[in-house]
Amino acid sequence: MIFMLEQSMAHPQGAPLATEDSVAHWEALATSANGTPAFLPPTRGTVYGTLLNHRDALAALGDQVHAAPYKAPPQAPILYIKPRNTVVGHRVPVVMPRDATEVEIGATLGIVFGRTASRVSGVSGVSEAQALACVAGYTVVNDISVPHASVYRPSMRFKCHDGFCPMGPAIVARALVPNPDALDITVAIDGHTVHRSNTAGLVRPVARLIADVTEFMTLFPGDVLTVGVAVGAPRARAGQTVTITIHGVGQLETTLVAGVHR
Amino acid sequence: MKRARVAYAGAIHDATEHSSGLQLADGRVLPEDAVIWLPPFDVGTVIALGLNYADHAKELSKELTLTAKDEPLAFLKSASALIGHRGQTRRPADVKFMHYECELAAVIGRSAKNVKQADAMAHVAGYCVANDYAIRDYLENYYRPNLRVKNRDTCTVLGPWLVDAADVPHPHDLALRTWVNGKLKQQGNTRDMISDIPVLIEYLSAFMTLSAGDVILTGTPDGVVNVNVGDEVVTEIDGIGRLVNTIVGDAAFGR
Repeated sequence: MIFMLEQSMAHPQGAPLATEDSVAHWEALATSANGTPAFLPPTRGTVYGTLLNHRDALAALGDQVHAAPYKAPPQAPILYIKPRNTVVGHRVPVVMPRDATEVEIGATLGIVFGRTASRVSGVSGVSEAQALACVAGYTVVNDISVPHASVYRPSMRFKCHDGFCPMGPAIVARALVPNPDALDITVAIDGHTVHRSNTAGLVRPVARLIADVTEFMTLFPGDVLTVGVAVGAPRARAGQTVTITIHGVGQLETTLVAGVHR
Repeated sequence: MKRARVAYAGAIHDATEHSSGLQLADGRVLPEDAVIWLPPFDVGTVIALGLNYADHAKELSKELTLTAKDEPLAFLKSASALIGHRGQTRRPADVKFMHYECELAAVIGRSAKNVKQADAMAHVAGYCVANDYAIRDYLENYYRPNLRVKNRDTCTVLGPWLVDAADVPHPHDLALRTWVNGKLKQQGNTRDMISDIPVLIEYLSAFMTLSAGDVILTGTPDGVVNVNVGDEVVTEIDGIGRLVNTIVGDAAFGR
């Protein structure tokens, strides 16, 4: 499959398929005042998260990276998987896990692949910059976690609850995002901005990250690779609405709701 | 019933076991070596277990810095790492310790959320053999086991068959064996799992919905050794299958 995109692709609930339309069209629909429609995820590929790829997030670990259990700073990209049960669309409520009163909001840029990406910097001298040729576009990802201090061997429970990876509303074509390495990301909770970051702070910028990941692992059309979460990720509780805005990519809204405990 | 998915004569086919090898859904009967074997079903989420056999946990204990174990040590892989029976797995030239792991794979057939142990086995469609390679040279102590160790292209072999659960009355009493170039290197029995399949389904489904096509690789026993380019690695589980894999070097990949 080759997934090509010139404008923006989204899948409002009720529509039979995701379709391409203008960025302005999806923006108007996604920010409609009455909160409907909700959206389905704009892609159904595998979602990979990247850990400690913001310089400030890595710096926050400080000398801990040299001590047990880490023993050395990360070398290759450190990745994790957000399984399919976690992926939901814009304006879909996310149920709080019964074992947490707060969740961490991991605002990040999702790179959506349009062509198979394998060894993009290793075959026949293909340059790292050409990694971007594999990208269909970008989307907003809310990589939700149960707060956990250690990143040595976190339990799957922390990142894999149903609904823990809201994504969307849309995929915006690569050509409309000329520099993915200089995007402002803001997180607002109930309308108040609580966190700001920028993709200019990445240890591995987008093309480098794609090159280093595809050295050992092929990414396929529809797959999503996030660039990682900045330091100081805010927390949110049941009843609150989280809005992540990436300038030029979209605004992703998620309301947290209390679980039915049984 | 034993079911496979194979490529043959320009298309991908469902197939079943036959006395002469296998039979495609369209009726053609073929020997085992006439087809390309694929993972035997359309794989969704892949969950793998670390240290789920007591003896293997002991074997690796010198590198463990956590000893308290209050929940199964589960981690995720992606379907991109999977290959089928009789496939080739790459061993990078620069590594010193790459090992197989023979595992019973339990395949989910019915969606499961908040399922209790007593009801769990009704959600299992069947079983396969998995050989889940690890390259320990690439181990880093962040989000262990990091994907560079455990989610490499070609490094998870699944098959040959998906065996219907109805044909496996005692999934927790199956002998596992790994042979390298015909020599027996690993032996165990699924009865020695620390967290058995019902425990794992209850644990996982308490926080995540499991769906048809998701698969749980239930861990490996003691006896993992390094493999080298050219080795034939056969992982075998009684009643489930005999999964053949060959280790190839960088040259095959133009590296």
